[in-house]
Amino acid sequence: MNSTLDKFFGGKQGGIGLLVLAALILVVFPLALDSFRLNMVGKYLTYAFVAVGLVLCWGYGGILSLGQGIFFGLGGYCMAMFLKLEASDPESTKIQSTPGIPDFMDWNQITELPLFWQPFQSFGFTLLAVVAVPAILALVIGMAMFKRRVGDVYFSIVTQAIAAILTILIIGQQGLTGGVNGITDLKTLLGWDIRTDEAKIILYFVNAALLLGCILIGRFILASKLGRLLMAMRDKEERVRFSGYDVASFKIFVFCVAASFSAIGGAMFTLQVGFMSPSFVGIVPSIEMVIFAAVGGRMSLLGAVYGALLVNYGKTVFSESFPELWLYFMGGLFIAVVMYFPNGLAGLWHSHASKWLARLRLPSRRQPPAAAAQPAEQPPASGAGTIDAVPAKQLESTP
Amino acid sequence: MTGFQMPKPVLAIEGLTVSFDGFKAVDDLNLYLDRNEVRVVIGPNGAGKTTVLDLICGKTRATSGSIQFDGRELTKMKEFDIVRAGVGRKFQNPSIYENLSVFENLEMSYPAGRKVFGALFFKRSAEVIARVEEVAAEIGLAGQLHSEAGLLSHGQKQWLEIGMLLMQDPELLMLDEPVAGMSVSERAQTAELLKRISQGRSVLVIEHDMEFVKSIAHKVTVLHQGKVLAEGSMDAVQNNPKVIEVYLGH
Repeated sequence: MNSTLDKFFGGKQGGIGLLVLAALILVVFPLALDSFRLNMVGKYLTYAFVAVGLVLCWGYGGILSLGQGIFFGLGGYCMAMFLKLEASDPESTKIQSTPGIPDFMDWNQITELPLFWQPFQSFGFTLLAVVAVPAILALVIGMAMFKRRVGDVYFSIVTQAIAAILTILIIGQQGLTGGVNGITDLKTLLGWDIRTDEAKIILYFVNAALLLGCILIGRFILASKLGRLLMAMRDKEERVRFSGYDVASFKIFVFCVAASFSAIGGAMFTLQVGFMSPSFVGIVPSIEMVIFAAVGGRMSLLGAVYGALLVNYGKTVFSESFPELWLYFMGGLFIAVVMYFPNGLAGLWHSHASKWLARLRLPSRRQPPAAAAQPAEQPPASGAGTIDAVPAKQLESTP
Repeated sequence: MTGFQMPKPVLAIEGLTVSFDGFKAVDDLNLYLDRNEVRVVIGPNGAGKTTVLDLICGKTRATSGSIQFDGRELTKMKEFDIVRAGVGRKFQNPSIYENLSVFENLEMSYPAGRKVFGALFFKRSAEVIARVEEVAAEIGLAGQLHSEAGLLSHGQKQWLEIGMLLMQDPELLMLDEPVAGMSVSERAQTAELLKRISQGRSVLVIEHDMEFVKSIAHKVTVLHQGKVLAEGSMDAVQNNPKVIEVYLGH
């Protein structure tokens, strides 16, 4: 009944939704935008990784993490450390008192590369660390919280606290982390200059492909029994526990997946924007990331991508003209979403636009009476059907 | 203490006590349940009936005492391990997954794919489908397999939750007020269902409805203030002066 392909693409509707998104970010944006704008969209799309992760852990798993910036930042910092070491070869840092170490270390009277920086000289290790470091931290947080049944708002508050702690740590340890300025002046990746327009376009496509990959993984998870378990746990945790499941292990798993997705976004951010700083780790960016998912629709993987794109686009436009008002606007947007359209754009599309579209299609259907038998063809037994109906439809609504 | 002709009880509760801030909800309780027995626990409000079920399934931890199930000590085990050992528990209010279909509700309790990666790669095999259909027929929901569980009537939700327990094929089935809120005909159907499904397993039921108790119970235990007040056949218990006093005396 459920082929593996269906699991990934979510049947016909899910497939169309994904194709439209893929066409938009792989074809339409690159053709329509100049390289500066495209790089900006690429930056927005790195936040979409976080939003997709939040759909899994918040929308379906009911775990509201207000600290996804932690993982976005860790992924970004892992990548930045590698790039910084490459940019700090002895030749180009010979005016420092200790050549061959990052400049900010030299300014802070550090005379040799700290131990935890050393593995980041290897690109292979760095790629592994981008995903593994945040996943391990998520595992530790998850074990500490979920095994003790800390949940709901308490969990959210703890994630906020960790985001704040990590920010303070990074800023305080200036010599090791670059402090409040972050890690800047990143130049090349394995000798390839990432600052050129050409490199930025290639990185944009790598980013887009990785994002689509994460969405497919998300689809696979949601279409599996684990996806249904997540929803079941969100609504009736006790029933799941007393049906023989270790509820905590499922929460830990989905939290780790969300953390890894965020971290990939963070690493791609560093590559495309050319620096990483504590301003992407703390409480405010973490909450903004939740807003992306909420606006797009917390139950829709594809919606989350549109949410990240739209809110960030709005932020760019708005904050250019009314910089002080942006934060109020953002807060208002969040309140509006929570109060009036809790399922975000995807939910709005599902409840309004799809009906309107169906009405448009109706006249053509009326003429052959045999067609009337067709509409109710969806078997509710396939788990994928319920999950992907929303994102598939929501697609066509957004620009 | 020869005991060779006494069947070993499937569930042996001894000296079980739980105190909440000094209040002993269950006080030095002893209770033995035989294989294939249907036992009903009755008692006035606050007698500790639900707490006993909570203690058995691990939802509440005992202050002292022991609960032996099939020779395994449950008081130290994790909830999900207790379930896997063969104890199924139905909650007082129907506790089902409203957003999932009846099929998916039942499938969720199928004892496979219970770990993270098992669930991720769980396949809906012909075996699973056959088992779900079998249980759905048993609980009278074969026609509603693909409707959303939230749309079922109250009685059907109760049956669905019983069905979810049957999927696990538990050796001990615990039901907390299974006919609460049901119509007369639904009660009769539930009694029939219980008689069928109690074949080959032990059932522990909490219930207030005396007609229903009479129709299913092999033996009745009366709890009062966390202790066993009386135990025996329904008639014996109903005529027990201590029981009458507790129920009518104040």
